[in-house]
Amino acid sequence: MKLNDIVQNLGLEVKAGKDSLAMEVQGGYVSDLMSDVIAHGREGDLWVTLQTHQNTVAVASLKGLAGIVLVNSREPDADMLRKAKEENIAVLVSSLPAFELVGRLHDLGLSGKRT
Amino acid sequence: MKEIRADLHIHTCLSPCAEKEMTPAAVVREACRKGLHLIAICDHNSVENVAAVKCAAENAGVAVIGGIEINTREEVHVLGIFDDDSALGKVQEVVYRNLNGENDPGTFGEQLVMNERGEVVRHNDRLLIGATGLSLEEAVRTIHRLGGIAIASHIDRPSYSVISQLGFIPADLGLDGVEVCSEEVPDIPENLTVVRSSDAHRPEEIGSRYTRFLLEKPTVAEIGMALRRTQGRRVMAVMEEK
Repeated sequence: MKLNDIVQNLGLEVKAGKDSLAMEVQGGYVSDLMSDVIAHGREGDLWVTLQTHQNTVAVASLKGLAGIVLVNSREPDADMLRKAKEENIAVLVSSLPAFELVGRLHDLGLSGKRT
Repeated sequence: MKEIRADLHIHTCLSPCAEKEMTPAAVVREACRKGLHLIAICDHNSVENVAAVKCAAENAGVAVIGGIEINTREEVHVLGIFDDDSALGKVQEVVYRNLNGENDPGTFGEQLVMNERGEVVRHNDRLLIGATGLSLEEAVRTIHRLGGIAIASHIDRPSYSVISQLGFIPADLGLDGVEVCSEEVPDIPENLTVVRSSDAHRPEEIGSRYTRFLLEKPTVAEIGMALRRTQGRRVMAVMEEK
């Protein structure tokens, strides 16, 4: 599934990384701890989080994640957006709370299984 | 007793997110220019530039305290500051033993260990931005065991703060003080003393927030008394440069 399909399907707001929406999303991961995503995030994962600081982009870039979705209409920090534009990492915003958003992502066929 | 203007949270070029311009000499120069009497060097998970800044500050008219900003397992930032140089070595040992991963300079930034002349002695390869395996409680206990004082960093920020990560300040944590950034002080236990510090990552940020202490001399032991409000030592005011 392409990132753009998810954006369209769930009505996500694209805050940065418009050029990376053609990226293939392999799976998903939910966490608000950077160390946890460094340890368990996988290449191509879509990352659902409430953290809005610039280290999220560094972690997404390091792990080759497909993009970051902020929940609950959270506004990304200016630093986060600047870095996301530099690194061409998609920063998306959903109005849904994490539980609901992840349920919908799962319905679309994304899996978070670690094998 | 005298008034001491202190900025107790300053990064150097060793922190990956700080600017390369945060050399030992630049930090000292800017601290003097801002009229600070005392600064504490607190890089992420490392004390390795403290000695160079202390050396660069000799005869400069600003006292330098060695410290560290530990990133705990919960991703809470907590400052440990120490009078004793051997304690710095010991806290470093505990932190490195509990810190995994290698830095990616392209992603997180360079980590420069410098001498007092600003020459790069080496690049630190550890993932200094990362979380240690130490819980917040363990970090505070370690700081105390080594004779230091523990101040929770930027508790009113939405990330890496005790309140953002744990929801509130655990009553039995034993913090010596809390650092607040904004004008409004969040709801905290009455016995916790508030300080303001810049958390400077760029030279111009040094002293942008600071604390006016009433102390006998610029040491961690004296700051500890001020935070506990004993023996006449105290925080006179928390300041923000306008």
